[in-house]
Amino acid sequence: MSRDGLPRLADLARARMSRRGLLGAAALGGVGLATGGAAVALQTPAAHLGEQSDTSMHHAMASVGDIRPGGFDPTAYLTDFDYGKVSTLPTGRTLREYYIVAEDREIEVAPGVFFAAWTYNGQVPGPTLRATEGDKVRVHFTNKGLHPHTIHFHGIHGATADGAFEQVSPGGTYTYDFDAEPFGLQLYHCHAVPLKKHIHKGLYGAFIIDPRQGRPPAHELVMIMNAFDTNFDDDNEVYAVNSVAFHYQKHPIRIRQNELVRVYLGNITEFDLVNSLHIHGNFFKLFRTGTDLERFEWTDIVTMGQGERAVLEFSYKHTGPFMFHAHQSEFAELGWMGIFQVEPALNA
Amino acid sequence: MHDTTVDRTVTGWGARVPLWLRGVLPLLLLALVVMVVFRFGPANLARDVFPPVEELTIQRLSFPQPGVIHATVVNGGPEPVTIAQVMVDQAYWVHNMNGARTVERLGRRDITIRYPWVTGEPVTVTLVTSTGLTFSHVTDVAVRTPTPGARYLLTFALIGIYVGVIPVFIGLLWLPFLRGIDRKWVDFFLALTIGLLVFLGVDAMAEALETASLVPSAFQGISLALLGVVGAPLIISAIGKLRHADGARTPLYVATLVALGIGLHNLGEGLAIGTAYASGAVALGAFLVIGFLLHNTTEGLGIIAPLGRERPTVTQLALLGLLAGGPTIIGAWIGGFTYSPALTTLFFALGAGAVIQVVWELWKMFRRRDAAAGLFSPLNTAGLLLGMLIMYATGLLVPA
Repeated sequence: MSRDGLPRLADLARARMSRRGLLGAAALGGVGLATGGAAVALQTPAAHLGEQSDTSMHHAMASVGDIRPGGFDPTAYLTDFDYGKVSTLPTGRTLREYYIVAEDREIEVAPGVFFAAWTYNGQVPGPTLRATEGDKVRVHFTNKGLHPHTIHFHGIHGATADGAFEQVSPGGTYTYDFDAEPFGLQLYHCHAVPLKKHIHKGLYGAFIIDPRQGRPPAHELVMIMNAFDTNFDDDNEVYAVNSVAFHYQKHPIRIRQNELVRVYLGNITEFDLVNSLHIHGNFFKLFRTGTDLERFEWTDIVTMGQGERAVLEFSYKHTGPFMFHAHQSEFAELGWMGIFQVEPALNA
Repeated sequence: MHDTTVDRTVTGWGARVPLWLRGVLPLLLLALVVMVVFRFGPANLARDVFPPVEELTIQRLSFPQPGVIHATVVNGGPEPVTIAQVMVDQAYWVHNMNGARTVERLGRRDITIRYPWVTGEPVTVTLVTSTGLTFSHVTDVAVRTPTPGARYLLTFALIGIYVGVIPVFIGLLWLPFLRGIDRKWVDFFLALTIGLLVFLGVDAMAEALETASLVPSAFQGISLALLGVVGAPLIISAIGKLRHADGARTPLYVATLVALGIGLHNLGEGLAIGTAYASGAVALGAFLVIGFLLHNTTEGLGIIAPLGRERPTVTQLALLGLLAGGPTIIGAWIGGFTYSPALTTLFFALGAGAVIQVVWELWKMFRRRDAAAGLFSPLNTAGLLLGMLIMYATGLLVPA
């Protein structure tokens, strides 16, 4: 019995079922150390190994169930691009007009877990806007939410198109007018205060500006790393890419062997300093912010602060399921975990 | 009106209503209003205006075998709550639930999680409801939980015997000594007993209130504690009046009361020890058992203090010892196998109330004396203080 004496002393003090409430440290300390100390140091590691080797049964780290059909579909979101209403200006330039409505909506962030979100066009992340460098962009914004909102675009534009100062009141509208530059993966999000709340409630989305000459044809996927503080304690309960915990683990993303895959990856995670992506069984070309077509880094992890973006290019040499996830294990186990299902090449 | 009988005739509209109906009618009306409110009334309005107040309590985490965690959950809130997901140590984990995921008010679910917990390390289980709220429970030290069976029945019985029965019986052995000393020293030990009991009563009440905070709010932990602490003396005093209508208190009766009060306190103590042992919150090392031995031996002294001038039979003494010490075993069994904060709160509060009653009885014994031999004579005051001091000092040895 005495070997159990020591490691529990600290726990005794903390134990809620305390009988005397206070630990008589002076009376207890000496004897406890003398009787328990040495034995415990030897016993504890062995006990741990013993328990672990007994546990060969299957343990599943995952959410249970699936999200309701008919709501936001993370799989469809991956490849869903909004090119806007296209017309040609008298000058010959392309004009793209987008319509974005801010509205409050409850979204399902893990099976059965509902979050009172603020959304662009009813979804989180908002629609992926896509234009080509040099296009004229006009975004018609309507605020149907209960709080003032804006859209702040990352990019090079005039002050009135910045969405920082012109708060759009509930029921109000605003039009953002600017040129699409520079090319790369940009971001848009609400800039109303309190900023933290407006962002983590879901007001953000990806904005892709393609280079004039285009990029090599590829299987393109949009992934926004996000998280949700469902109990409002300034700490996230759910982590994901594209809002739903473990969605791509339950519904793996199907890609072909040797096929060029391009991921537009952004991080909007609130409350945590960084987020990251790691892919298994492969390396990728990392184009930070996607603003350069030549220079890249060759790696298998990219770590980003909030608001950072990158364009990733890779192709799988081997077939089979490959995980991709945050390399913050905590985020991965709280939902930011997915699988690429690599299927044999069509010509194989 | 010189007639002393009460006029029971009712005049006016109620005259023809039978008496029983007059009693039942308000109840019927109340039931009707409850039904109306439930179906249509303000309850639904309130539900729309305010966000749901959810309250889940994980009453117990147990570790029946390596790789398996068992959580017992109670919905103590006003509304049904849907448990959407379960986290273990900040990771979502697959689990089974013995029933619908929506737990009705006061409903209970057992959740089984296959999680490779590590012996000796803390485990936190968190429930995530459909609204995203979270409810957590921490086990400070995960150890394999005993399951009911001969081996653990014996283990807990032994724990009870060690910390409850043996020390009380040893304490009883002071009786021959007490019988040999002067009257004023017997009084001294009686005063000392009051000191011990005051300490025990406060201790039991503190435990009851502490555990009350763990009780799901629907079960009203504080009210439960109040019920126990007020209820116990009332019941004991009523029983006493039934048996001794004249109010006479024989020393054996007072000793029995002391034993009963201590027994109720020890029931709560056994519950707490059994629970702590089973849930890994405490390891009952030899040192802890020694602490309890010293601490509880004084309880035996308390029982025989009123018998300083009596000649009880051995059987009577044994019964008194069992009454005081035996409940520790029962408490350890209950606490070891099924933990309920509500039950623990109630038992501790009953113990506190019983002890208060006993202190009152002993106090009355002193009140009949003159001031020189009263409770607050210098010698007896010293006894009083020494009693509390002894409990404090031996209590230092019992951290659990």
